Amino acid sequence: MTPITEKPLTQNIRADGGPVDVAGYERTGGYQGLRKAVGVTPREVVDLVKESNLRGRGGAGFPTGMKWSFVPVGPDAPHPKYIVANADEMEPGTFKDRLLVEGDPHQLIEGMAIAGRAVEADVGYIFLRGEYVLGAKRLRQALAEAYAKGYLGKNIAGSDYSFDLYLHLSAGRYICGEETALLNALEGKRANPRAKPPFPGVSGLFGKPTVIQNVETFCNVPHILRNGAAWFRGLSHGRDGGTKLYGVSGKVKRPGLWELPMGTTIREILEEHAGGMRDGLKFRGLLPGGASTDFLVEQHLDTPMDFTEVQKAGSRMGTGTMIVLDDQTCPVGMVWNLEQFFAQESCGWCTPCWSGLSWATKILSAIENGQGQPGHLDKLAFQAKFMGPGNTFCALAPGAAEPLQSALKYFREDFERHIREKRCPWRPS
Amino acid sequence: MLTPEEREEIEAELPHYPTKRAVCIDAMKIVQRHRGWVSPESIRDIAELLDISASELESTASFYNLIHRKPVGRHVIWLCNSVSCWIMGHDRLREHLTKKLQIQPGETTPDDRFTLLPIVCLGCCDHAPAMMVGDDLHLDLDPAKTDQVLEGYK
Repeated sequence: MTPITEKPLTQNIRADGGPVDVAGYERTGGYQGLRKAVGVTPREVVDLVKESNLRGRGGAGFPTGMKWSFVPVGPDAPHPKYIVANADEMEPGTFKDRLLVEGDPHQLIEGMAIAGRAVEADVGYIFLRGEYVLGAKRLRQALAEAYAKGYLGKNIAGSDYSFDLYLHLSAGRYICGEETALLNALEGKRANPRAKPPFPGVSGLFGKPTVIQNVETFCNVPHILRNGAAWFRGLSHGRDGGTKLYGVSGKVKRPGLWELPMGTTIREILEEHAGGMRDGLKFRGLLPGGASTDFLVEQHLDTPMDFTEVQKAGSRMGTGTMIVLDDQTCPVGMVWNLEQFFAQESCGWCTPCWSGLSWATKILSAIENGQGQPGHLDKLAFQAKFMGPGNTFCALAPGAAEPLQSALKYFREDFERHIREKRCPWRPS
Repeated sequence: MLTPEEREEIEAELPHYPTKRAVCIDAMKIVQRHRGWVSPESIRDIAELLDISASELESTASFYNLIHRKPVGRHVIWLCNSVSCWIMGHDRLREHLTKKLQIQPGETTPDDRFTLLPIVCLGCCDHAPAMMVGDDLHLDLDPAKTDQVLEGYK
């Protein structure tokens, strides 16, 4: 049995931040997973990934093998079919895909090529946010190397499988991370989300079956092919397979990113890896997986960071990159910052989102700037509910409601104090 | 009029997509790289090349924050204002920059040297606060380090 200290995702990532080239990638087993995938049936690839319990790393945690199994295959299936990597990392507080793209671009390419084999796809796109300039440079280099080595293009590794992969640099907007909005962006349109169903697996990019997944999800796939489903499940402390990139930002001693077994506790990540709070500061709470997750507080620190356990604690693991709130930072100011972000990035399509976020932002601004009214907290609670699941076209507004509703729960006294004292107690008077 | 070079770069993207329209964002970024921004005239020229209407292209252009629809300075400062940078001192940095450059976010200095724009999370939250100047990322900033960084952009 492999020890659980293994770090497959980051094994090639160099301390100096330089990328590994194709030869270096092959030396640690790179492209063996793809060779294996073209030597078995697509169905066997899907089954292996299903058995591995790999769940999507973009935030929602959807089982990857199941997603692949929704794509029509066989002689009657529509073509071309597409594989899309969501490399539009823009969730505030999230900085994990940057590392994977810049540090080991071939790992992403191999994962996408294997996914393409599994669903009999023809073409792939890496949808990279425009600001990731270094990542774009390294992906272009890696794509050229992979084509030159026959890992992309016609008859991959001598098989009957052909797959073309292109890099698309985005022109901004957080909503592009929503998978159907991303597809519209790739088609050259405004990035408004689409109605679901149909889901992308059936009708996605250009109306054709499409698998769209987060960078980290694809990066796990080569290792599953090479080492097997049981090995992958064994990397984790819990039911969801694999390791996870966990990050911490905010006023801790050592902000950073670590690959650890899935299900490592919040306390271990925060105290052992991030070194705990900076001297003189106290921990107040954290958003466990980016801006659109509910706050967790002291009582939740022993929660294992996986999809199931964080949900039980009342939040979501999201992207697994935590944002820490300390006692010298104003929780109202923090939530105001978050809601301003969501209000700005709303695509404006549906009313609970554009209207709810605009109201929430205005009220938070009033409270933070000493103009809070006694009824404001009820109004905020109403808006959080109004923006919640079931009322909106996509997950942006429900995500925005999460830090708001949980802040009202855990930091209520701080909100009330702002209203009572008609000022922000954290600002010098 | 698109230059032959711009046209060639845009046409090189066409084989990657099944529709011409899908290339329009790449096309606008190509023109912007050459000219600094995407003018109404460029919108018409790109639309014509890609067989879509200018108003369709305009609807796409106006959606995306990395497409400049006004001229910008020689260097664009993208100051991250998302939550981790906010916790680590974004407000102080923004105040410093607006005072130093004598412009507000969205404006360009009179000598056309800098345009100051806000940007959402740049994905380097363990080195907050952060900003980009043009294509370059700058990390772990404070007012003094920011001054030093800007000296490198004339």
